[in-house]
Amino acid sequence: MRVKMMAAALTGLLAVSALAGCGGKDDAGSGKDDGKLVLGFSQVGAESGWRTANTNSIQTAAADAGIELKFSDAQGKQEKQIEAIRSFITQKVDVIAFSPVVTSGWDSVLKDAKDAGIPVILTDRAVDSQDKSLYKTFLGSDFVKEGTEAGNWLVKQNEGKTTPVNVVELQGTVGAAPAIDRQKGFAEAIKANPNITVVKSQSGNFTRAEGKTVMEGILQSTPKIDVLYAHNDDMGLGAIEAIEAAGKKPGKDITIITVDAVKDGMTALADGKINFIVECSPLLGPQLMDLAKKVHAGETVEPRILTEETTFTQEQAKAALPDRKY
Amino acid sequence: MTILKNRLFWPVAILVALLIVNVFTSNQFITLQDGHLFGTLIDILRGSAPLILVALGMTLVISTGGIDLSVGSVMAISGAVACLLIKDLGDQNAVGSVLLIVGVAIVVSAALGLWNGSLVAVVGIQPIIATLILMVAGRGLAQLVTDGQIINVQSSPYATIATGFFLTLPVAFLIAMAAVVLISVLTRRTALGLLLESVGGSPSASRLAGIRAKRIIVMVYVVSGAFAGLAGLIYSANIKSADSIAAGNLIELDAILAVVIGGTALIGGRFSILGTVIGAILIQTLQVTVVGIGVPSKATLLFKAVVVVVLCLSQSATFREKVFGRFKIRTGVPA
Repeated sequence: MRVKMMAAALTGLLAVSALAGCGGKDDAGSGKDDGKLVLGFSQVGAESGWRTANTNSIQTAAADAGIELKFSDAQGKQEKQIEAIRSFITQKVDVIAFSPVVTSGWDSVLKDAKDAGIPVILTDRAVDSQDKSLYKTFLGSDFVKEGTEAGNWLVKQNEGKTTPVNVVELQGTVGAAPAIDRQKGFAEAIKANPNITVVKSQSGNFTRAEGKTVMEGILQSTPKIDVLYAHNDDMGLGAIEAIEAAGKKPGKDITIITVDAVKDGMTALADGKINFIVECSPLLGPQLMDLAKKVHAGETVEPRILTEETTFTQEQAKAALPDRKY
Repeated sequence: MTILKNRLFWPVAILVALLIVNVFTSNQFITLQDGHLFGTLIDILRGSAPLILVALGMTLVISTGGIDLSVGSVMAISGAVACLLIKDLGDQNAVGSVLLIVGVAIVVSAALGLWNGSLVAVVGIQPIIATLILMVAGRGLAQLVTDGQIINVQSSPYATIATGFFLTLPVAFLIAMAAVVLISVLTRRTALGLLLESVGGSPSASRLAGIRAKRIIVMVYVVSGAFAGLAGLIYSANIKSADSIAAGNLIELDAILAVVIGGTALIGGRFSILGTVIGAILIQTLQVTVVGIGVPSKATLLFKAVVVVVLCLSQSATFREKVFGRFKIRTGVPA
């Protein structure tokens, strides 16, 4: 009986690991012989539409730049990512790039890469290593700047007005870097106009459903709301549903500012339901390929490189929407 | 004093206390707007529907001594399947097609429940492991269905499931209540409840007494799967999109908490459906209250934990005896 149960449990687990293992495996053969630059890239996973767009951008950009890409999906696990980087080192790729799952615990594997003479580029997320020589550069968005852009726009809209502006804020996941930084940047920027105050700030966990539930609660408990600032499009889209259900017009009765500029958010912006979006672009593939070529050629690059990003008003969204990829 | 000893006295007391807080923090606690009821109380009832459904299935599973960790993933799959099919409809507002798709999603969810039940009852894997498989793999399956993207639908019949009103009450809450009544009648007006409790008490003794324990166990997982699927539809209809990453994330823990608050023991045996419903509404009210009184996001989880700990302690007879027992003696002295 016990043996039977063990066998059954084992079969079950095998089934799980087989399912889990089907994503993102590439062939292990080294492609050094054809003289192409080989880039090993370890992705966090496929946890969101943003991430999928990020992966697609890197894969397309590599193909366009004639770079051979060895792509590995860490499925959100640091140990898988370390394993992938070690295998890149053994395969003697030319450049390693990765989006770290977490910030700490990278020193040892990065040192191995450095000893093997392989330059490392961080994308999208940073690591907290004290030794900055372990990687060449960090390519990604500046979340504080995104918050500042959102705040600056609001300050500009209310220039010369003296009426009080009540802002409610939907924060991202508590403790996540984008949530902390977007809150910080926004708070700094709105100091320029003392009439603008954040009257309520709650976490909507970066999801639509929680954005909606939290906004329902805020609408019931806050007498006057002029502006909604959501740390990502999805929470803003959820909040729009709640605002409409309460009989108010999103974008008119309540001004809405969000961050990300994914397609659904841009559609809402073009429809006039959102007023302003600060872009957080996942399309860093082309920039990454440029950097890979530069560090491979031994050129020095800036230790911190920002993703090329912009902001969108309703008019700009209408123009940009048709060729929005994600 | 007998009312104090009722297991449901304390959850109800805390629920009422939270609702009173909401009466003061909200602009409209309950009013009539656009021909239906509106306000914080209605938000609570509407928002608690998915949790009531999931917790209801969980109650039955727990009463047989099992547990179903896969409910959140089943929610994600059900919403993903429904939105994918609706998106491909020529006319997304065709009521008949949407109803058919809702049926398909629930059948898929029930089939996933059948898989869980078979692993537990037929193969003999421990419930926590058997359902863990689908909890992990299921979310991957949902992401496979949606291709990792959020699928949007513009179907008003579908949205009605979550945001519609019937006889001034939210449709989502009515669906949950219909499920509660159905299960209550099945378990309390037929022998089914007794059979469940006996299987939970001792599967082998039940089998020797002539109860088909395996069949009953498979059945509760199927019901749990189907209810989780229905909850997934309400969740996705609420935001008119399938979010396979966030849908039902960690809801299994809330559901288990609701069941425990309601007075059902995790080891199986006796169960209380009314208790589970009160537990689920209590958890939802707690979430709404957090926003209403403006607890800072960083302290939200702590606030919830404190309320739950207070509740669990007040439910414990031993704890009440230790704390309030002294007062009793003192008042007894003068006599």
